[in-house]
Amino acid sequence: MAVEQTTKPPIRWHIAVFLAPAVLVYTAVMILPLFSTLQLSLFSDINNSQVFVGLGNFRTLFGDPRWAEQFWNALGNNVWFFVIHMLVQNPIGILLAAILSSPRLRMRAFYRTAIFIPTILSFVIAGFAWKLILSPLWGVAPNLLDLVGLKSLFQPWLGKEAYALTTLALISVWQFVGIPMMLIYAALLSIPDELLEAAECDGITGMAQFWKIKLPLVLPAIGIISILTFVGNFNAFDLIYSTQGALAGPDFSTDILGTFMYRTFFGFQLQLGDPNLGAAIATAMFVIILIGVSIYLFGIQRRLRRYQF
Amino acid sequence: MTARHVKLALLAATVLGSAGTAMAQDATLTIESWRNDDLTIWQEKLIPAFEAAHPGIKVTFAPSAPTEYNAVLNSKLEAGSAGDLITCRPFDASLSLYQKGHLAAIQDLENMKNFGDVAKAAWSTDDGSATFCVPMASVIHGFIYNAEIFEELGLTPPKTNDEFFALLDKIKEEGSYIPMAMGAKDQWEAATMGYTNIGPNYWKGEEGRLALIKGGEKLSDDQWVEPLRQLAKWAPYLGDGYEAQAYPDSQNLFTLGRAAIFPAGSWEISIFNEQADFKMGAFAPPVQNAGDECYISDHTDIGIGMNAKSANPEAARTFLNWVGSAEFATLYANSLPGFFSLSNETVEMEDPLAKEFVSWRESCKSTIRPAHQILSRGTPNLWNEMWNVSANVLRGAQTPEEGGATLQDGLASWYEPQQK
Repeated sequence: MAVEQTTKPPIRWHIAVFLAPAVLVYTAVMILPLFSTLQLSLFSDINNSQVFVGLGNFRTLFGDPRWAEQFWNALGNNVWFFVIHMLVQNPIGILLAAILSSPRLRMRAFYRTAIFIPTILSFVIAGFAWKLILSPLWGVAPNLLDLVGLKSLFQPWLGKEAYALTTLALISVWQFVGIPMMLIYAALLSIPDELLEAAECDGITGMAQFWKIKLPLVLPAIGIISILTFVGNFNAFDLIYSTQGALAGPDFSTDILGTFMYRTFFGFQLQLGDPNLGAAIATAMFVIILIGVSIYLFGIQRRLRRYQF
Repeated sequence: MTARHVKLALLAATVLGSAGTAMAQDATLTIESWRNDDLTIWQEKLIPAFEAAHPGIKVTFAPSAPTEYNAVLNSKLEAGSAGDLITCRPFDASLSLYQKGHLAAIQDLENMKNFGDVAKAAWSTDDGSATFCVPMASVIHGFIYNAEIFEELGLTPPKTNDEFFALLDKIKEEGSYIPMAMGAKDQWEAATMGYTNIGPNYWKGEEGRLALIKGGEKLSDDQWVEPLRQLAKWAPYLGDGYEAQAYPDSQNLFTLGRAAIFPAGSWEISIFNEQADFKMGAFAPPVQNAGDECYISDHTDIGIGMNAKSANPEAARTFLNWVGSAEFATLYANSLPGFFSLSNETVEMEDPLAKEFVSWRESCKSTIRPAHQILSRGTPNLWNEMWNVSANVLRGAQTPEEGGATLQDGLASWYEPQQK
């Protein structure tokens, strides 16, 4: 016994060896670019050479009234984009999952597939299809509204400042509602039958069963979905770019952080790209997402109660 | 021979073979371009004509998507993987490439004598000492109309503004056609085919443009705001829901014969020739009063230069010199009606619509788009602002006066001559 206590535990090399591939790949494709972006944002191009300017780019971004206005406009739009997703996409996703998990539903596999299919479409296809549907000239939307005599309700939604962003957010909801649905559906299926039977014995059935038993049990999944939505929305770019272009019209009303960053980083038409200021915007996006995720991790996820089945 | 020997022989043949071609100076040039629409014209007409006259030089045309071209090209140049010949955007985008040493100076090419100063200005340093791209083509703005609708309704192309609006009123009253096809969604339509199309008549072309650069005129002055007022007056004549009408929608409206007039750039000619099965005509932007001097936007749009780090500089120079020749000018202008040669050599064109457009060069004074030279160097970018403001004015979201003030404030915020 004494001998065993004095020998040092062997170094467990196999852990390092097995982790190495993932760590190396992740470092090369995620961590290094992230830090080089952070570094890029601290430099500026002066007479064709990169000069260290400290926080100069951030001072321009938040201090110069024109840049600041664009930034806050983009951030505000982004928040609205996120709010729509939280208010529309996730409740609908939960509702669809609840309906799908109902044992009385027929053709479940068909509905599941049909609702999930838009998720695997490219943004460009979804954006283009909706552009055509909503087109005031040959769109399906004005004709359909005309059929039921509601043509007057039709507006060129993508061309009006008041509606464009909400319309785009709803297009995005249409496309991605399948993801919360699938995750919640999986969580609902994993609830053991004994629990539901016990609930029924106690007289909790139907809607009450959903609110009192199922919903608390899928709350962790809803939390994960919220954070995925948050990260996805604040990184969004493709849909706006493919439907409204890099200037995110009308009058920048659909400009979100992603399009703002793209325009600054790569330039647009006669505007030359400014990679340094673009990197500063990317850094600001990173910080926003980091703060959001931290709030969730430390403030919410720890308080969620988990149940062991 | 064993398999091993065969392999060695093949290897040797490959190495020596490629060395042999290098010695025979069979240079291959690659052209970077955003004109992916022109791929077949380059492959079937222009490149064969060049290769026939210059044996030993092979040319490949490798375009990328127009919206990504600048970003892609910059990355390729930084990485050293860009082609030998670079299609040049006008003004600052190319100037900055030259200043970074990516484009070579080529003002000493023999055929550069075929181009005037205005043509070369788009690809020269501010003091004019160095030129780095051979001017290829310009585009002219005006209005293309459906001649069959005009005939049916008994209309004639307008000369003055009053005639123009009387014409639009007539088409609107008659009711079977949309008077004008233009949308506000893509923004650049309103700026390019709206504001800078009709504008030169108000700011008097080059006179106003240069005064703006010197700081003598302001974008909030009447001659710069009046085109915006005109633009605002167009709104009732555009199609239903024009706020969300995109550029391809406008093109389709016109080529399907549903709209009578299309505020155009001459690059539409080749597209419309292909898609529209009716006769078309064109008229220049109408003047304020009969007999006024007319001005047109004849915008230097496309040039070609060489990568300073090209492996085949001599072959590239030979190609550029050929682009400056009358032979190229004629070939290009006729393969792509609507892209007009900037060469001083006379170029015979066959397309009637293209001829109509180019004939305005004789009767009117030419100018380029006002935002392109020098004035789009700062932030906010004047040309982007013009897109936004023109679209806003067209949608009625901003009054012309507010629009002019926005443009002026933006420009004065960084451009010193405008700050006085």
